[in-house]
Amino acid sequence: MDVGDPLFRTEFAVDVVDLFLAILTAPLLSGWIGTCRAVLSNRTPAGVFQPFWDLLRLFRKEVILPEHTSFLFRAVPFGVFGILSVSALFIPLLNIRPLLGPVADVVVLIGLFSLVRMLMAFGAMDAGTPFGDLGARREMMVGFLAEPATLMILFTVSLWSGSTSLSRIIQSLLSSSDPVHPSLMFALMAYILVFLAENGRLPIDNPATHLELTMIHEAMILEYSGPLLGMMEWSAHLKLFLYLLIGIDFFFPAGLPAELSPPAVILGIFLLIGKLMAAGTALAIVEILFAKLRIFRVPEFTALAYLLASIGFLIHFVLEV
Amino acid sequence: MDSSLPPVSPGGLCLIPLEEGIPRCFFPHENSATYLEHAADLKSTGGRFLGLWASASPFPRIYSSVLLKEGLILMVLSLGKDAAGDFVYPSLSRIFPSASRFERTVRDLFGFIPAGLEDQRPWVDHAHWSIPPLSVPPGTRISSQTSSMGRPDYPFVRVKGPGIHEIPVGPVHAGIIEPGHFRFQVLGEKILRVEERLGYAHKGVDGLFRGRTIMEGAKLAARISGDSTVAHSLAFAQAVEQALDFIPAAGVRFMRAFLLERERLMNHLGDLGAIGNDAGLAFALSQFGRLKEELLRKNHLHFGSRYLFDLVRPGGIAIFLGDPAIRDLLTEIARLLEEVLELQRIYDDHGGLQDRFQNTGILSPEIATRMGIGGVVGRASAQAWDLRSGHRCDPYHRFPPALALAHTGDVAARVRVRFLEIQESLFLSRALLEHFPENVIKEEFPINPDITEGIGIIEGFRGETVSWVRLSPGGIIQAAHHLDPSAILWPALEMAVPGNLVADFPLINKSFNLSYSGNDL
Repeated sequence: MDVGDPLFRTEFAVDVVDLFLAILTAPLLSGWIGTCRAVLSNRTPAGVFQPFWDLLRLFRKEVILPEHTSFLFRAVPFGVFGILSVSALFIPLLNIRPLLGPVADVVVLIGLFSLVRMLMAFGAMDAGTPFGDLGARREMMVGFLAEPATLMILFTVSLWSGSTSLSRIIQSLLSSSDPVHPSLMFALMAYILVFLAENGRLPIDNPATHLELTMIHEAMILEYSGPLLGMMEWSAHLKLFLYLLIGIDFFFPAGLPAELSPPAVILGIFLLIGKLMAAGTALAIVEILFAKLRIFRVPEFTALAYLLASIGFLIHFVLEV
Repeated sequence: MDSSLPPVSPGGLCLIPLEEGIPRCFFPHENSATYLEHAADLKSTGGRFLGLWASASPFPRIYSSVLLKEGLILMVLSLGKDAAGDFVYPSLSRIFPSASRFERTVRDLFGFIPAGLEDQRPWVDHAHWSIPPLSVPPGTRISSQTSSMGRPDYPFVRVKGPGIHEIPVGPVHAGIIEPGHFRFQVLGEKILRVEERLGYAHKGVDGLFRGRTIMEGAKLAARISGDSTVAHSLAFAQAVEQALDFIPAAGVRFMRAFLLERERLMNHLGDLGAIGNDAGLAFALSQFGRLKEELLRKNHLHFGSRYLFDLVRPGGIAIFLGDPAIRDLLTEIARLLEEVLELQRIYDDHGGLQDRFQNTGILSPEIATRMGIGGVVGRASAQAWDLRSGHRCDPYHRFPPALALAHTGDVAARVRVRFLEIQESLFLSRALLEHFPENVIKEEFPINPDITEGIGIIEGFRGETVSWVRLSPGGIIQAAHHLDPSAILWPALEMAVPGNLVADFPLINKSFNLSYSGNDL
């Protein structure tokens, strides 16, 4: 496709819109989850815009750097936010054929998320506090345990298209005539577990806790303040949003605009909002119902995810080929 | 003896059942040998050490309180200067291990030296004072000791070995809680040892009591630990009343017992919610939080104070309860009982919660017995001590609450004990309200002509809360001391934690829910 091509220009515009939409919608999604959680526990919600107010407050504050930190500590929030924003360009939001799609397939995407985790662990360890170390160590453990399951899920999904490209996967899923895919059912179950583990949600990690000894994600960002903390928080919103988006793309792609015509795009937007809200509500319900797992139960949890993904993978060959 | 202690009859015969409280008696000792012998004797008869404190010149004495099933024994040891000009007394730490921190506190505050105490580290003194602050007359300026060298490090006990590292936590925490420092020795996620460093909330209560009137003292006692204001006020009132040989009317006793149960209720409700929340179940916090808040609002409506401050005073109570209020409180009790049972069912049926609670933070009954642990924590470790049952004191002997006992000593046991106590507390409150005698608010009590002493002991929501006062003629407090149960429970937490995961510590800590303020007097 040529740069002067009008189709290219439309796609480019849509991609840019997608990116900003992702970055701006991510805090809203967290706000929605918070609202659902509050309503479910009989509290008055602070509103869906609360994460924005929190971010605004943080960005207005000064940065206080802990003693003995190197440039790494300051660079990590930018790195994390940057990588996640770039990842947003690979994941179809409205445009199922993002221009940068061919650059990265799902395996690269998982690699990018791992890079984010590694950077955060570096930032946490750079401050040299026991909590940072503790959080980083636990985060690496959870990540390391969840990654095999994640890859297995992606392979199961890829079996449909014979490709690990996100666009191809979605296109083949959209064009599939089967009403249900048993293999995807199992993959979905595994994905939900991986999603909870990777994003530090209950029952793995409690994003709302103030108990420094139990934290995972929060312990890693304990030393950050002001705008740097704001970026870390925003990154967490973005990561949650992207993980949900991947889930929607893989398991509920119906309604994604097959071509970029205005009616299809508008319908796609409404469907997407509906799906995100439904997923957010489901997440809030899970978080209200479950207590946090004892940390050494996490391997069992991720092993279950791996098992489910493997079953999905096998079922594809048994039932669907 | 230049001050008159209440009369003592030898051999524990003084523990005659009393109407107005737990039997309690003073045992003066003039020499160390009989003091140690008596302590060993009390230990062998199953006595539990509750705490130890001192009073300064002109009566340098050591007071150690030991609780027997029959009542409270206060051993009073008069001190004399030794050849070097120091006040030395024998340490009880070999008989009662929990005495160690109390004796360190006395050494920091008064400069009295416990002979034979192995732990030579300071406790409440964070290297701020050049001299023991209570060893000098009130009002003396004490210069700060801090030099350009900075404060010396507190020598924590360290565990050495490959892969073992230390995690310091606090005194400033990520949440808004009281200050305290915990030093963990961990191997990966496993805690090998935890040591507490407290005293950050030290506010010199013993010094503040000196020279105050009884009513000022009551106000101070109410503010020792905000969550047990009724327990401390009530213990103080009992102490003063014993010193003045005064027995409050039945209506006053009923009202006090009722307020004490209310305090227990709201704290247990708050604790249960917080324990659930620390296990990641936010639902628990909002539900129990709501129940507690409703109680607090009812408190405000009927008693004018959400946390029941200053309602119990020496000689009486500060409120009048009319029939409409009694009816309203009775309906509240019925509704609360229903809701708590519903929440208990949810707790019991929640697999994730039970998985976190069970076998976490076990304080074995053997250790609890050896350390003399009482209160909720003790009862969860099979220690059958509750001042409200087993004594003939009014009004409890009319409607004795059942002893809430569990045997496993884990977080689940402490949760279960709290649920049981809430129910018993509700039954007791209902009985008290239904049989409420005439409303008496306050009676005048006599003014003491001599120096007199008194002691009070109350089953607060955490455990036995003790107050001791010495009044000079005219009702001026010459010296006073309060014991919050937290002081003996903090070492028990250290015993319950090793072997658990670092991430489970907050849950265990919450299931104890000890007061920093009550400890750091």
